[in-house]
Amino acid sequence: MTETINLTIDGQEVTAEQGKTLLEVAREIGKDIPTICFHEATTANALCRICVVEVEGQRVLQPSCVVKAAAGMKVQTRSERVVRARRTILEMLASTMDLSESLEIQKMMYDYGASTSRFPDAERRESQVIDDNPMYVRDYSKCLLCWRCVQVCADDAQYTFAINFTGRGFETQIGTFFDISIPETSCVLCGQCVGVCPTGALKPKREFLLEQGMSPQEISVLNTGRKRRKAK
Amino acid sequence: MIKADRVVTSTCPYCGVGCALQLHVKDDYIFKVTTPFDSPVNHGNLCVKGRFGYDYVYHPKRVTTPLIRRTPQKAGERTQAFDLSEWREATWDEALEYAADRLVEIYKRDGSDAMAVYCCAKATNEDNYLLQKMYRSLFRTNNVDHCTRLCHAGSVVALQQAVGSSAMSNTASQVVLNDVFIVTGSNTSENHPIIALQMKEAVMKHNAKMIVIDPRRIDLVNMAEMWLPLKPGTNVPVFSSMAHVIVKENLIDQEFIANRTEGYQEFLESLEKFTPEYAEEISGVPAEDIRKAARLYANAKNAAIYWGMGISQLSHGTASALALINLAFLTGHIGREGTGLNPLRGQNNVQGASDMGSMPFHYPGYMRVDNPDNRAKWEKTWNIEEGGLSLKLGLTTTEILSNAHEGGIRALYIMGENPMMSEPNLNVTRHHIEQLEFLVAQDIFINESAAYADVFLPATPFAEKDGTFSNTDRRVQRVRAAHPPRGQARPDWKIICDLALRIESRLGRPTAKWNYSNPEEVLREMGGVNPDYAGITYDRIDKVGLIYPVPSMEHPGTPTLFTETFPRGRGKFHPLSYVPVREEADDEYPFILTTGRLLEHWHGGSMTRNSVLNEAYPEARVEIHPADAEIHGIRNSDPVKVQSRRGEIVLRATVTEKTTVGVVFIPWHFAESAANILTNDELDPQAKIPEFKACAVQIFPARESDLPNPEIQLNRGRY
Repeated sequence: MTETINLTIDGQEVTAEQGKTLLEVAREIGKDIPTICFHEATTANALCRICVVEVEGQRVLQPSCVVKAAAGMKVQTRSERVVRARRTILEMLASTMDLSESLEIQKMMYDYGASTSRFPDAERRESQVIDDNPMYVRDYSKCLLCWRCVQVCADDAQYTFAINFTGRGFETQIGTFFDISIPETSCVLCGQCVGVCPTGALKPKREFLLEQGMSPQEISVLNTGRKRRKAK
Repeated sequence: MIKADRVVTSTCPYCGVGCALQLHVKDDYIFKVTTPFDSPVNHGNLCVKGRFGYDYVYHPKRVTTPLIRRTPQKAGERTQAFDLSEWREATWDEALEYAADRLVEIYKRDGSDAMAVYCCAKATNEDNYLLQKMYRSLFRTNNVDHCTRLCHAGSVVALQQAVGSSAMSNTASQVVLNDVFIVTGSNTSENHPIIALQMKEAVMKHNAKMIVIDPRRIDLVNMAEMWLPLKPGTNVPVFSSMAHVIVKENLIDQEFIANRTEGYQEFLESLEKFTPEYAEEISGVPAEDIRKAARLYANAKNAAIYWGMGISQLSHGTASALALINLAFLTGHIGREGTGLNPLRGQNNVQGASDMGSMPFHYPGYMRVDNPDNRAKWEKTWNIEEGGLSLKLGLTTTEILSNAHEGGIRALYIMGENPMMSEPNLNVTRHHIEQLEFLVAQDIFINESAAYADVFLPATPFAEKDGTFSNTDRRVQRVRAAHPPRGQARPDWKIICDLALRIESRLGRPTAKWNYSNPEEVLREMGGVNPDYAGITYDRIDKVGLIYPVPSMEHPGTPTLFTETFPRGRGKFHPLSYVPVREEADDEYPFILTTGRLLEHWHGGSMTRNSVLNEAYPEARVEIHPADAEIHGIRNSDPVKVQSRRGEIVLRATVTEKTTVGVVFIPWHFAESAANILTNDELDPQAKIPEFKACAVQIFPARESDLPNPEIQLNRGRY
């Protein structure tokens, strides 16, 4: 038998299994806690902080995706402080990156009354679309560094280790080692990274070409032209 | 951002894993593929083929109009016509009437033995069931086979003999329950990528120990506890010496042997000669490693064996698989969760096509054709007079072509297969196919085999039809059309029914049912006689597939087989002896060639070479060990000529430690440098599977200009 504990969430007495995170326990009782970097199929890392909750007695807000529920905890999932933090996170994201394909985040911005122009002087993270392999394109202007792609490429799924963080601080980006092209890495082109990308930064090439205005016929002819690939 | 008109859930058309696909469709065009993270088979993971490799559906070379050859073809003078100018477009009526006329003419003149058909491991259960029904019920022949003969026939025959059932005993997802598992003759990461992920997870997150027994240093070796690099074709001594160690060190499961098996004493006597030292001498695997691997496997609480074509594609493929089965019987590692004997099936529906009776010795449900009781069941179902169906065993794929001559096979029907790539010794196969009097191709491309046909019937790929596939671990799953067929293409099952009606009326046979209104009716007809599928309806597998046997409508499916007993009663030990491969390396041909597959490509290449996948891996390569390359003065990417006693090909070399000294590897997907020009067409005497995994070759440096496409060069970091 799993041991259970008792805690309070938004004033409601809850009995939960020991070892579960606050996010899991809160969702079980129907609480709406937003998540961005969290994904059921990857290891939670508390990177984006949108899932923070207020725990009585704790100095700072707690990321519910990683903090385990403990006996006697008194948790607020939507206190004023929590709402303000989430709104600020969304406003900072909106001021630095392209959220045009992040429909869930757009909805959160609406729900939390977040303004796209709160930080008008912020420097935007912009980069060119990288089209270096036959299967998918990478547009890091849309990347919020949720780390999911790196995780599924590593030990959350593929054990391939083709991509990782590069750079520091504001310059941080997802990239390949020594910035080589995807085909030159250990990449198996499985596209798991594309499958977990929440913002459209990673996209199947065919979808990208269709967006660029190419017709299916034009795209299918592309594949028949054998490209010259020079070996080093 | 593209908004999908609809998202259609279906099953991947590539390997036997059977991953769930969600096809995102806009204006009848699939622009994206995703997969549900709660899929019980693939847990949200896909490989490059599944996620990106579906675009062959839209390739300009796809044929979507019925075609008839402009120049009538004659036996002995048949030629290949790849160019559309050599064909004329026809209406469906014209093409089907023509096919029916010629097939019936030949049947009436030369009888059942002149007729043969290749079913297709890529087509649905329903398509396969109908095609074998057409040949058995109308032409009264069992000359029905498909490419299972070329991949796991050795495993199927061995399992039938020793166990009485030929599928994986456990599901692939149970690999995380293994404490120890053996992977042998399978480059799982490239050929069953999603099962390989589960194997890696088992090692990295569940502390399982993996033993890789393979001539190549495959990707999985990186995570293995042990790698036993055996010489190709020395499986029997390696596995039998493991059995020898298990017996000598008394690591056997006495109770299992006593209660569940037979033939143990005789088997024991046969084991005496297989000392680890004897096996080392033959296989090159150190005796100490054999001992260690045997102890690991035998001492594990739960251990399983996963194998691929490195076991079965040998002239002693049946014996190789029997050697694995003996190991499981000795240790009792079968009949429980997390154990088992698991042949990883190659194609999306090779399990299903076999289940559907697309084989020369069996009706659907593995009912022997030479058993009059089985015959009676199908005669009743197909409305055939008593004694009408043939009791004579049919010819296998390789035999069908080698019997294509006057007095032998005169007319052949090929659905979706490409024997001109997949058969061994292609120069001889070419000669055989030229001898046919009439050839029907039902396909989506004019591939190397369809190019020989008289009439081409344009079928639909997986994205344009409904039906079911049965994956490697016996899970029957739905395939759904994402959009209507391109052009005039038709789903295979409809083509077959239409043609069958025309043949039936010409022959004046009492009518079997051909007027199905949907594929589910086909599956239900089959399930009415085959108890494994009795409880499977489209409704029940709407969301998640069912793992057969599903004997009744209430039955939940059977993930683990043989928990109480084996289908044949007791498991049978088989005494074995070592038989070398038919062609060993010698002074003239000093290398052993082993063939196999690549992550980015699929078999004969009809699909993947007409896809964006071809850009990811555009040319054939021969892998050679650095030590061998140095002796021959071969550098990475150099053009080389590889020659066997049967033919030669030119391709670039990859100098890599992925292969072992004295062994070279060539994938067989590339028509312009076809590995099967070199391979040996010697057959396993029982399973009739050819020896693809070992033949002797020599390698010579060649010029750039000798290459079929000198301007193309692979540039990938992982190779």
